[in-house]
Amino acid sequence: MIETLPNAFDEHLLRELAPQVLGAIVRRFRDFAAAEDAVQEALIAAFIQWPRNGVPENPRGWLIQVASRRMTDQVRSEIARRERETSVARDAETMVFADEIEPDMDMDPNDTLILLFMCCHPALSSSSAIALTLRAVGGLTTAEIANAFLVPEATMAQRISRAKQSIKASRVPFSLLPPEDRAERLPAVLHVLYLIFNEGYASSIGAHLQRLNLAREAIRLTRCAKNLLPDDAEVAGLLALMLLTDARRAARTGPDEGLIPLDKQDRSLWDRAEISEGIEFLTAALSKGSVGPYQLQAAIAAVHDEAARAEDTDWPQILALYELLKRVSPSPMVTLSHAIATAMVHGPSKGLELLKPLDSDDRLAEHHRLNAVRAHLLEMVGDHETAVRHYRIAASRTTSIPERNYLMAQAARLEESPNCPEEKTTTP
Amino acid sequence: MKYVLMMHIPRAGYGAFGAWSQKDIAANFAFVRNLNKTLSESGEFVGAEGLAMPDQAKVVRAGKDGMPITDGVFPESKEFLAGYLMVDVETTERAYEIAAIWSAAPGPGGLPLNMPIEVRQGMSVGANELP
Repeated sequence: MIETLPNAFDEHLLRELAPQVLGAIVRRFRDFAAAEDAVQEALIAAFIQWPRNGVPENPRGWLIQVASRRMTDQVRSEIARRERETSVARDAETMVFADEIEPDMDMDPNDTLILLFMCCHPALSSSSAIALTLRAVGGLTTAEIANAFLVPEATMAQRISRAKQSIKASRVPFSLLPPEDRAERLPAVLHVLYLIFNEGYASSIGAHLQRLNLAREAIRLTRCAKNLLPDDAEVAGLLALMLLTDARRAARTGPDEGLIPLDKQDRSLWDRAEISEGIEFLTAALSKGSVGPYQLQAAIAAVHDEAARAEDTDWPQILALYELLKRVSPSPMVTLSHAIATAMVHGPSKGLELLKPLDSDDRLAEHHRLNAVRAHLLEMVGDHETAVRHYRIAASRTTSIPERNYLMAQAARLEESPNCPEEKTTTP
Repeated sequence: MKYVLMMHIPRAGYGAFGAWSQKDIAANFAFVRNLNKTLSESGEFVGAEGLAMPDQAKVVRAGKDGMPITDGVFPESKEFLAGYLMVDVETTERAYEIAAIWSAAPGPGGLPLNMPIEVRQGMSVGANELP
């Protein structure tokens, strides 16, 4: 569907409008699942008609009108079915829907926010929440989402349909949550947005580039969330983290499609505009006072991005930030990164010491990242034989093809010329 | 996470299959169809393939000129891949659960076969930063 579009403008406009239209339809008809289907049909109609006939003067009104007609048709056929089945006289409560509606009567910017909180409902599995958010808030088609996650369209359609049914069953009212409930739900919303970003960023490797750029979609959705929740520092922190990470996208893959670690990347390929925008959002967020895990991760990304060369990296600053992160949001992955930062500041032996307790952590003991970090630090202390062994274990444990290739290449490099390290000191 | 579930059948199993009653065969096929349908409805189905009987299977190697050299099935092979199921699931435990359901597909007399299912995780093309 996307390829037939003459330009990207319509696509973006449609995606911006999708949640607003859906919000208006859900508020009017009070049936999330049916409204979602109707809006998808309206979007598809626009995909086909707008490039041919031009974008209507009031595109949002056009979409609301088409989706409303579709809903009205559905309600009518449902009434007809019920009448056939029960011969009960037409319910006096049944509304008569006008074919022509006033397209601009429902404009509430909170609609998008309500949808976002609805789709990132904690009752949904993360894969369901991701799929539903991309469709209902992101305005993507089922085919596009299926393609991004490499599953058949029918499977993705079922996943979305089940998610909609769960929301229907949970009887979530279509209204803005009170601020205290919203604050409680926000981490789940941010987590879903983060997962979408990460899926897109991780997949941005050479020839495997997804046709649909999920990282860009996540940035767009988070930008939208930030506009709707301008006072929340963590939303801004998450957006900054995405921008500061995405800025390095072009530099993380070599011509042979191999992974290039941060310290070997050609920094002239980093996206300066994204970096300055990320730093701007981060600075504003940090001034708000409550520092959360996304802001801290964004701050770490910013320190990396601000170094002109890998050897200019302000590791003491990164170490201090990881120490804060360990306190605010402890996790074995954070401990691992903290160990690397420690190694860079106080030497690899100190870093290796910090890895020891992780051997008895069930979440990490058999994780390839622990072996990869250990191998890296062992190489730094000069124990190449053990480093090779850990690179190989890491390679056998990862489920990512580019990571496996990278780790195997590290082991081979070290084994072939054990006394000849890489041109410059490696940094994570 | 994507997983490939592979059902291996011992050579003897293929012979025995020919002796199943029509009713047992129908029940087994219906079970597998139903499993695939359930997985489609739960949004976990990625693909499935049943493989033809191993009698006609060939092992192929490239010759010196790159042309295929085919060989018959080796008599020492004890078991053959009968089919696979590919699922996209939230957890490893869920993949094991599906494997167990498939393993218990009905055999003669409607009794569960409890066939061994090999469960392997698929590799992803994505990658995170590594040190």
